[in-house]
Amino acid sequence: MAEIVAHRERPVASVTRTIYLLLFPIPIVCFLGALVTDIAYSASAFLMWLHFSEWLIAVGLAFGALAALVLLIEFFASRAIRAGALGWSHLMLFYAALIVELFNAFVHTADGWTAVVPTGMILSVIGAILALAAVGSLFLVPVTWVEHREVRP
Amino acid sequence: MKLRPAAALAACLTLAACGSSQNIDKSTQYGPNPNLPEPSRALLPRMNIPDVIGWNGETPTVPQGFRIEAMASGLSNPRNVYPLSNGDLLVIESKKDAKEPIERPKRPIMDWIEAKAHGGGGGGPSNRILLLRDSNGDGKPESQSVLVDHLNSPFGVVLVGDALYVADTDEILRFPFTLGETRVGGPPVKLVDLPAGPIDHHWTKSLTASADGSKLYVGVGSNSNAMERGVTAERMRAAIWEVDRATGAYRVYASGLRNPNGLTFYPGSSTLWAVVNERDELGPNLVPDYMTSVKRDAFYGWPYSYWGQHVDPRVRPQKPDLVRSAIMPDYALSSHVAPLGLAFYTGKSFPAQFDGGAFVGEHGSWNRPELNGYRVVFIRFENGRPVGEPMDFVTGFVKDGKARGRPVGVAIDRTGALIVADDVGNTVWRVTSTTAKPT
Repeated sequence: MAEIVAHRERPVASVTRTIYLLLFPIPIVCFLGALVTDIAYSASAFLMWLHFSEWLIAVGLAFGALAALVLLIEFFASRAIRAGALGWSHLMLFYAALIVELFNAFVHTADGWTAVVPTGMILSVIGAILALAAVGSLFLVPVTWVEHREVRP
Repeated sequence: MKLRPAAALAACLTLAACGSSQNIDKSTQYGPNPNLPEPSRALLPRMNIPDVIGWNGETPTVPQGFRIEAMASGLSNPRNVYPLSNGDLLVIESKKDAKEPIERPKRPIMDWIEAKAHGGGGGGPSNRILLLRDSNGDGKPESQSVLVDHLNSPFGVVLVGDALYVADTDEILRFPFTLGETRVGGPPVKLVDLPAGPIDHHWTKSLTASADGSKLYVGVGSNSNAMERGVTAERMRAAIWEVDRATGAYRVYASGLRNPNGLTFYPGSSTLWAVVNERDELGPNLVPDYMTSVKRDAFYGWPYSYWGQHVDPRVRPQKPDLVRSAIMPDYALSSHVAPLGLAFYTGKSFPAQFDGGAFVGEHGSWNRPELNGYRVVFIRFENGRPVGEPMDFVTGFVKDGKARGRPVGVAIDRTGALIVADDVGNTVWRVTSTTAKPT
């Protein structure tokens, strides 16, 4: 007769995990903000919006790079995260967003209209979609990255 | 699912990077009808900024039949030279002290590039005017004195009667000065304020006077590359002003000139000439810098268009009406050479082909993989118009990809020698002819 297997969820606390969850929202908010300011610039040609986009992307990349590093450490440290398909998709989506926004930062250095229209705007849209998808992938796994452990009575 | 954005990204980048094949011979960008490729932009502006190594006792190269010697060395950023009729030579040492405001992440990077390109200077005090006394005209000054001190990034100077006008970056000053003195005769009087801080991007204010001395002409460069700091930052800029010498009343004489320098009247005429630095970041072979006669009330395009009606895609809102009125300059010097000095040959000691031709000091490029400029060129004139291709006249400022110096202001002294200010080599050079002309 098959043994009865009980599942118990046990939240695992860790310093890197907490730091990651503090850092991760900053680039997301910045990249979404940059899309908004890109739209504002393309609608108005008012250069302030272009500068907003540049700073948002730059700050997003700075904090995003930190978050990416912490996430990598977390991945090496936790087999449970590596094993879960959703953990991988979170990492891939977030890293993809960062790479797209890195190129976007370069495109935004142009002096005026062509910094945004069309390539900068396209990259901002792609970056925002990837950022949102990275957030979504996080919601699909328990926020605290619960370890599933089989307990035999 | 992850591949799709990656593919889209690749497509975007290809778009951004391709069209960057501005593979044209730069010699097709000399003269009145330069070859203008399509604008292109790589992901990052293509840059090549040579390290500064200095001259270490060596000299630039001049054509056969000429000799070049240092008249003064160990200076601090000599940017301009102004020979006086008694043989004294004024050397304007100048640098930009103020930092531009950081309104975008790009700015600190550009500041760093600029600092790298300019080297350290001689270490001594700058922003002053030296007087080199060379009474016998042998190119070896007997004495050197500080004519004026504590100026604010001066560049243009012109002597009218007993008044020495100095164009600081923020004002034109008049100093009492009599030929033969080694120190100005008293404190200055301000003639007029000029557009300056807090940005003051193109800060060199070139200066000249009309033949009768009643008007001064001053070059006021733009505050940006292509108006990316907005239209208000460009008020009264990218223009040549005409200033009444008696009253200080001023008007815009010509506009749409991104960074006009080397203001000089063609000898024996009332035609004003200038060399103009055109815009960056449209590719290694756009936009050609130029030398042009400056027509009264004319518009030369900046920032809305270049070389006549070629619209700059970066500038919004566009101004089609203004672009229609833009006129073409006279003579392209090829792209990114950064001409900052212009002098017409009025001397007698060079061979006849030089009579009335133009020497142009090309400070040299940064926005181009292959360096361009870093030399003084000569352009022959016939009937008051430039003809043919520029001829390399003073070269060797770059050696093995490193900058030994960069030429800026040029002038002809009373003996007919060419004087070149080298603000990175911190030297003033003098070029003389070795073939004695029959008299």
